Amino acid sequence: MSILLDRDTKVIVQGITGRMARFHTKDMLEYGTNVVGGVVPGKGGDKVEGVPVFDTVKEAVEATGAEASLVFVPPPFAADSIMEAADGGIRYCVCITDGIPAGDMIRVKRYMMRYPKERRMVLTGPNCAGTISPGKALLGIMPGHIYLPGNVGIIGRSGTLGYEAAAQMKELGIGVSTSVGIGGDPINGSSFKDILERFEADEETDIICMIGEIGGPQEAEAAEYIRDHVTKPVVAYVAGLTAPKGRTMGHAGAIISAFGESASEKVEILSNVGVTVAENPAVIGKTVAQVMGKAA
Amino acid sequence: MDIHEYQAKEILTDFGVEVPPGALAYSPEQAAYRARELGGDKWIVKAQVHAGGRGKAGGVKLCDSDHAIQEASENLFGRKLVTHQTGPEGKGVYRVYVEAAVPIAEEFYLGFVMDRSSQRVMIVASAEGGMEIEEISAEKPESIVRSTVEPAVGLQDFQAREIAFSLGVAPGLISQMVRTLQGCYRAFSELDATMVEINPLVVTGDDRVIALDAKMTFDDNALFRHPRVAELRDKSQEDPRESRAADRGLSYVGLDGNIGCIVNGAGLAMATMDTIMLAGGEPANFLDIGGGATPERVAKAFRLVMSDKNVQAVLVNIFAGINRCDWVAEGVVQALKEVQVEVPVIVRLAGTNVEEGQKILAKSGLPIIRANTLMEAAERAVGAWQNDLTQAKRMRAVT
Repeated sequence: MSILLDRDTKVIVQGITGRMARFHTKDMLEYGTNVVGGVVPGKGGDKVEGVPVFDTVKEAVEATGAEASLVFVPPPFAADSIMEAADGGIRYCVCITDGIPAGDMIRVKRYMMRYPKERRMVLTGPNCAGTISPGKALLGIMPGHIYLPGNVGIIGRSGTLGYEAAAQMKELGIGVSTSVGIGGDPINGSSFKDILERFEADEETDIICMIGEIGGPQEAEAAEYIRDHVTKPVVAYVAGLTAPKGRTMGHAGAIISAFGESASEKVEILSNVGVTVAENPAVIGKTVAQVMGKAA
Repeated sequence: MDIHEYQAKEILTDFGVEVPPGALAYSPEQAAYRARELGGDKWIVKAQVHAGGRGKAGGVKLCDSDHAIQEASENLFGRKLVTHQTGPEGKGVYRVYVEAAVPIAEEFYLGFVMDRSSQRVMIVASAEGGMEIEEISAEKPESIVRSTVEPAVGLQDFQAREIAFSLGVAPGLISQMVRTLQGCYRAFSELDATMVEINPLVVTGDDRVIALDAKMTFDDNALFRHPRVAELRDKSQEDPRESRAADRGLSYVGLDGNIGCIVNGAGLAMATMDTIMLAGGEPANFLDIGGGATPERVAKAFRLVMSDKNVQAVLVNIFAGINRCDWVAEGVVQALKEVQVEVPVIVRLAGTNVEEGQKILAKSGLPIIRANTLMEAAERAVGAWQNDLTQAKRMRAVT
């Protein structure tokens, strides 16, 4: 199976009665995602797009056997919802919400540590577009039709830049095993390294494409991991060559505040461990194609 | 969000951190009056701007008389203070803070930051107080002490003691240091700060531990639950275009180039700027209009970008997923009819229904330059801008 989710993965949507959540629930169902329910406190018993709504995650898991959840809850309440999912038996949670206080995310990360590793929930996001295994399932808000099924694993911080990369690949006939958005926040559920580890072990993935940006240590940490543990070819692009130091570029986490956090430094760090870096965002697809040609 | 030194000191005082007696003034006369109220015979007059490096930039003055205070303040008020953190345009001084001078025996650096690697709050301290942390890490990295805080239980006293002892603080002052560290940590976590910096934290000649300077930055995403902190926002310290953008829910950062950018998504916006640079141009701004590129948002974005007088071409790059290209194209056309844009406009659409989108742009009768790929868009934007320049030169030559 592909990493993180599959055709049969049972999914619930937290905050399903919101306008955006309804829209994307419908979209996910049309794509083939196995959405089995939703959770909104006080709305238990309702139905949205034909799926039952529950008051709590625990009830939803008991009634439906849900394994994955998509959090669509507004920022003040999102951290609480992620922790509810972690405690309610959800194995994989994607949080779409943009604007969660960083202090809340520190608490979420700490809270998740209270579960032993074998039953600890995996979180991707927040502030991401979600995860898709093309042709199988979509857990997020991305347009499904821009992804071809295939053997490239994508990890990215940014939504639309990730779409850009996938669309470039589709244009060249290159498909994707799974695309994972890790989000643009400073404190996030999974890092590049966490997802690289999964792609390295994934039989359906032959090549990995990581799309980073300025700010934070996660690209450099990924480089170290690639050097020591990744045997599959890795292509990367890092956005923000023209970004000034000390300014937040849209994403809360996109700010150069320390050494090694600028795009050019990250490009150098990744190149040094053998990653093929696309020099501009217009050639991400082409660079993947070239590396595939060599790998084949 | 940044706040002023005097505001940070007020907050930290509430959390048990000791600061020198001081008072705020809005005029030179008031500054002199405040000094008389404070008493003593030496005062520091400090420009209140949202930037570090004020001392070196002449924003901090030691004074020993009414006259000196008045003169120092007259020099500061209304001036743009340029420090290494403000950029060449500087930040306006509209408030000064007058403080009683204290005799300094020792200086320390103390900082609390959100450490993204450990995903915890990290304390950074050094006995090399008074220097910028960047200088300390470049010149005296061995002097830096670091400690992360376990979020479930908060900062423990033993951690604070360990830091104090490793800084070489005298045993008799350890409890004051612990109180200071605990106060800063509580202020940081209870008010959702992203940075608290005390530089220098001093030990005075009479054995007191005092924060001589204080800087706090807050998480914008958490201001909703701290209305009193949110009230401290000072728009005079922000780039007016950036505050206007923020008020309209757009994310904008002004830059020095002349190709304006309107993009959906932060990563794609940065990538677009990079492509402009690779094509030989310079971006005038970062602008993320968010996922839904509605006509209203596109129109707002055009107004904002065009308010920068340096903009000589505008590049619109929208990857439409759920919001289809035809709908985005209609938005662009409607916005261009509403907003007077007298420079070349290059539009690149990608994603769902791209052909229909292109048709709408072509049929609009507006002089929109269309592009299919990101590179093509950047090259056309740079080309249009250069073309515009040569035309302008020719015009000047003719007249």
